[in-house]
This record gives sequence, C-alpha cells and structure tokens, in this order.
Amino acid sequence: MAKPAVLTHPESLKRPAGPSEYAKDPVNASMSKAEKIALYTKMARIRHFEQRCIRIYQQGKIGGFLHLYVGQEAVAAGTISLLGKHDHIITGYRDHGHGLMVGMGMNECMAELTGRVTGCSQGKGGSMHYFAPDKNYWGGHGIVGGQAPLGTGLAYAVKYMGLKGSCLAYMGDGAVNQGAVHEAYNLAALWDLPMIFVVENNGYSMGTSQERSTAHPGCLAKRAEGYNMAWDVINGHDVYEVRAKTALALKRAHEESKPTVLEIFTYRYFGHSMADPDKTYRDKDEIKEYRDKKDPVLLFEQELLREKVLTPELSQKINDAAMAEADKAAVFADESPDPTVADVTKHIYWEEDNRGPDTTSRGTIIFE
Amino acid sequence: MAVISYREALRAAMREELKRDDKVVIMGEEVAQFNGAYKVTEGLLKEFGPKRVVDTPISEAGFIGLGIGASMLGIRPVMELMFWSFSYVAFDQIVNNAGNIRYMSGGLINCPIVIRGPANGGTNVGATHSHTPEAILASHPGIKVVCPATPYDAKGLLKAAIRDNDPVYVMENTILYNDKGEVPDEDYIVPLGVADVKREGSDLTIVAHGRAVITSLKAAEVLEKEHGVSVEVVDLRSIRPLDEETILASVRKTHRALLVEENKPFCGVDAQVAYLIQSKAFDELDAPIHRVSSIDAPQIYCKRLEDQQLPDVNRVVREALKVLA
Repeated sequence: MAKPAVLTHPESLKRPAGPSEYAKDPVNASMSKAEKIALYTKMARIRHFEQRCIRIYQQGKIGGFLHLYVGQEAVAAGTISLLGKHDHIITGYRDHGHGLMVGMGMNECMAELTGRVTGCSQGKGGSMHYFAPDKNYWGGHGIVGGQAPLGTGLAYAVKYMGLKGSCLAYMGDGAVNQGAVHEAYNLAALWDLPMIFVVENNGYSMGTSQERSTAHPGCLAKRAEGYNMAWDVINGHDVYEVRAKTALALKRAHEESKPTVLEIFTYRYFGHSMADPDKTYRDKDEIKEYRDKKDPVLLFEQELLREKVLTPELSQKINDAAMAEADKAAVFADESPDPTVADVTKHIYWEEDNRGPDTTSRGTIIFE
Repeated sequence: MAVISYREALRAAMREELKRDDKVVIMGEEVAQFNGAYKVTEGLLKEFGPKRVVDTPISEAGFIGLGIGASMLGIRPVMELMFWSFSYVAFDQIVNNAGNIRYMSGGLINCPIVIRGPANGGTNVGATHSHTPEAILASHPGIKVVCPATPYDAKGLLKAAIRDNDPVYVMENTILYNDKGEVPDEDYIVPLGVADVKREGSDLTIVAHGRAVITSLKAAEVLEKEHGVSVEVVDLRSIRPLDEETILASVRKTHRALLVEENKPFCGVDAQVAYLIQSKAFDELDAPIHRVSSIDAPQIYCKRLEDQQLPDVNRVVREALKVLA
C-alpha cells in the first residue's frame, strides 16, 4: 500500500500528553467538581453511545449511513458545555455527539437510527438528521457545508430579536471548500453576526486527506482573514483548551456581535461512515497513535484523576452507567414500533397538518 | 377599488405585511438602496429602514440559506431573487433545506420563508436568465409554488404566502410588471391552492398559469369572435397546492381541454394536469387533451424567434381548433 498522506495537524498536538495548560483558564478553574464530573460523564456517554451503535449497525438494524463521533467527543463537549439560553447550534451529518450534549436522550437518538416512530425525528431523519429545536439544536444536515448559511440565519435572527446569543455552526474540514461556507463567512462578517464557525478538522474529508483536498496557508481557520474575521486553532483532544478558546469566541459574539472561525484539531477512529472500510487512505498506526496518546476522553479522565475530582472507582461507575444506558437504548430502539404508512405523508407542510378555516392553503397538496 | 400595476400590487402586499408583522423582513440583491432591480421594492427602505429592508451581496446560496435559518427561529423573510434563474446556485438551500426541514425533523421545525422574483422568458436575455422553474420546484413535497397572472392575484397570493407557515415560492413575470388591474383597497388574501376561472365558457377549457393566462384570454377572444367558440379559461394561480376540483369541474362542463404554459413541454406543469384530467375525468372528455408549451430548446436570444418560442395567441388558437375539431 502506498504511504498515505500524513495529517497536517500542527506541531503543538505532538507534545506529550500531560496536565492541560488550560486547566487554570477562568472558564475551567471556575467549574465545580460536580460540573467537571458532569462534563466527563457526557463525553463518556457519547463514546459508549457511538460504540453501541456499531453493534446495532453490524446487526443490520441501522440503514443507510452512520457517521461516528468516536475520537471527536471533546469538540462537542467543550463547546456546547459553555452555551446559554440564546446560543444555538447546527451541524453536519456527524451529529450524534452534539445531540447528546444538548440533552437529547439516548433512547430517542438510538430509535431514530433504527427508523422508529419513537426517534427524535419519528424515523424520518435518520442518523444524519437529528433535531431538538427545544434545546436550540437545529440539526443534523446531510449535505456538506449546507448548514453554514442556515446557522448564519440563526445568528441573524438572534441579533434581529435583540437577544444576547449566538450560533455555532459546526462542519468538517471537507466543508471549507464548499461555496456555501464561504458565502456564510462573508455574510457573518459583513453583517457582524454573533456567529462561530467550528471546523472540526479530523484530517480527512471522507477518504481524501487535507493535503490532497485543500490549498491552505498552514491551517484552515486562517481563511477567515480573507473575510476580516477573527480565528483561532484549538487542540481538540484537550477539552479544557476547547472550552477556554471557545469562551473567547463566545464573548466576541455576545459582546461585540462579531463572528469567529475556530479550527479544532481532532481525529476520528472509525471510517468516514460505517460504509467506509477505512483501508485505503490512512495507516492503522496513525489511528493507534491517536487512540493511545491523544484520546480526548482518556486525557480528560487522567486530568480529573490528577485533580482528584475523579477516582478510578467513580470513573468506572460512570462508564458502566453509560454503557448500561446505551444498552437499554438499543433495546428501546429495537422494540419500538415503526412509523405507519399514514405517517409518511405527515410533517410535510404545517398548513396541511393543521388545516382549518384559518390556514392559508387549500386544494390538493399531497398527490397520488 | 384602485387600478394599480402588478408591480405596485406586489409592493403593496409587502408594505402591508411589513406593517402587520414586525417579524417580516425584505431581503435580496438591490432591494433597498437601489429600490429593486425591477423597482418592485421601491420606497420600502425609506419607509421601513435598513433593519426591515436589507440589501444582500450577490450570494444566493448564502443569503437564501440565511433566510431559511432565520425563518426556523420565527423570522418571516421575504427574499427577492433578481431572477428565479439565479435560484439554481442556491438549489441545495431552496430544496434540501427549506423543503425538507419540517419533514426530517418530524414536524419540529417550520420554515415560513417566501422567495419571490421573476421567472419568465420573452425578455431577450438568453437562456441563463429565462428559466421557469415552477415545475421543477413544485415536484418537491414540502415546497409551495404560486404564479400570479394579475395584479389582484399578485397581491393576494403574496400576502397569503407571507402569512403561510411553509416555504412558498412566488414566481412573477417581468412582462406583467406594468400590467394594470383592479385591486381592493381593503385587506384580502388569495388562499394558496385556489384556481380562478378568469373567463367562463362552454365549448373548451383552457388551463394556464402565469403569463400564459393572459395569452389564453386573448386567444379566447379571437376564438369567440372569429370562430364562434365559447372558451373557459382556468388560471391555476397556484401550482402546489393545486386546485384539482376547479380544473375537473371546468372539464366536466366543456368536455375538452387545452393546456397552455410557458414552460418547456417535457415534465412541465401541464404534464401533471393532463394526467389529472385523464385519471379523474377521462369519461368526460370528447377529445384528446392538447398542450401548448414553449418550443423545447434553451431560450433563444433572438427576439423575433423568442416571441415564437413562447406560446402566442396564434399558436393557442390553432391548437384550440384542433381540440375542437
């Protein structure tokens, strides 16, 4: 096998894992012991949820695509743990971690994967299309980069309504070459929108390494300069660093109504999706290197053990509980009923689902 | 009842809805300072200010997507496309995002956006600026499409579209912008999905939408004066939802149908209408259904030929006589 292109993650990622230099950052130092344990628990829950998905997928119970977040947990966990009432998020198709972070239940998430009516989108969205607008989570979008303009619109709406809030639009490194993303960058900067573009750079746009896909000046975030936008790069294996640097971008959004591009270096342990055999474009050694030395869940566990926030026993308990929760969700997802044939034509139009004397639509709208 | 132009009717609809609901925002290229590429939004910036009437960069995927995202949070954007032809660079936003978001979220998210602008040939601008995508867009469940032919319908349909909780795409026609007609002074809407019998008749039904309605009405006059034929003209007004009942009722009355549209024939709106009539009123027909569409080629630049490429009165009359033969 030809030697695959090497990841371009910066040198800083190669430093040996040790205590996070961001532990003392105010946003982290101010966390209570309970908050730190809760954050670790959420990361562990994402990890075990995703690993449980693999088994159901292999049993043939999940259709279509399944893009796993294993290895990237600190990105969603670090950023979302900072958000308040008027902060909104939107992402691409690798959307399970964000869903669990905003507080979606494992049951509704797992049941969506198996296409059940008890799923978060009643079996109409699938893995790539999770939504929880009541938790400020606007998807879950299948087309690379297509969510960036939508997120900009959410930020626009927040500003229009005079609220102190923001929108975080997540995307992968492959999305930065999509025109829609650049159009969103321009609008966010031009109109001073409280917007944070989060580039979750896992090094590969599907099976094409960054070096083979993207012309860049050393990092992807720097493209923000072309739009006169602030930017930063973040080690996504260190949840404390993710929080510390995201907090600055949030402050910029809340207090100055200005956008930021954050590039967060991360790594996925599995293929682009479960349909990717992951044999053609990267070395097994590379995956092992990340798993062994830069695992974000493991690193945060070690951090909290050093801080004596966690004990090995408590960590074990948290992981066991997360695994048991995922197991129960898998049973729930397996045993829940399918949507009915009649459900196929519901939720297409508000005006159709709510048709009455006051609705503005008449006539035939669903055709035979 | 005032007599105003189609352009003024659209503007009045936006002005009244801007006043009625502070969540309504007008957005698009040149809509504010420039007063609209076709002057439809003229004066709105002055009256409502830059928060409500917003100039965008030439960036359709970006600003249309932004409008869709804003609508998910409850803003009611009325987006102008300088031409519907430009929607093609924003197709992912218009179809995948606006059209699917309610469905894929199991009904949790609504998308009350309006996108409006001209969609027509006949203006001597070549193929890239002459698209009529109503059939393409209406073929996507989740999307609504209307094509007003008169000032009354333009105002009433646009107001209904703005109040509607789903994405509604309003396709206007630059050639109609100066056409005048009676429009009530009081508040009214034309509900989406209600066709209008623009002329009553007994021998032949012509089904049309958009400017083809105007062409068909002129043809109906000729058919009456020169051939003694009584023609009924049904204006669809709305492509999706579709008023099947009004179409079928007219066919049951006249027993003959001619379908006229400015789309290209293949997979046009009238292909669906023809199927509807044969499936639900086959026994009522005394003759095969005929269609008049644009000549099936990219829109030609040469004005003399473009006028012939589009359905004109002569072609409608000729085809009507075949149905009546």
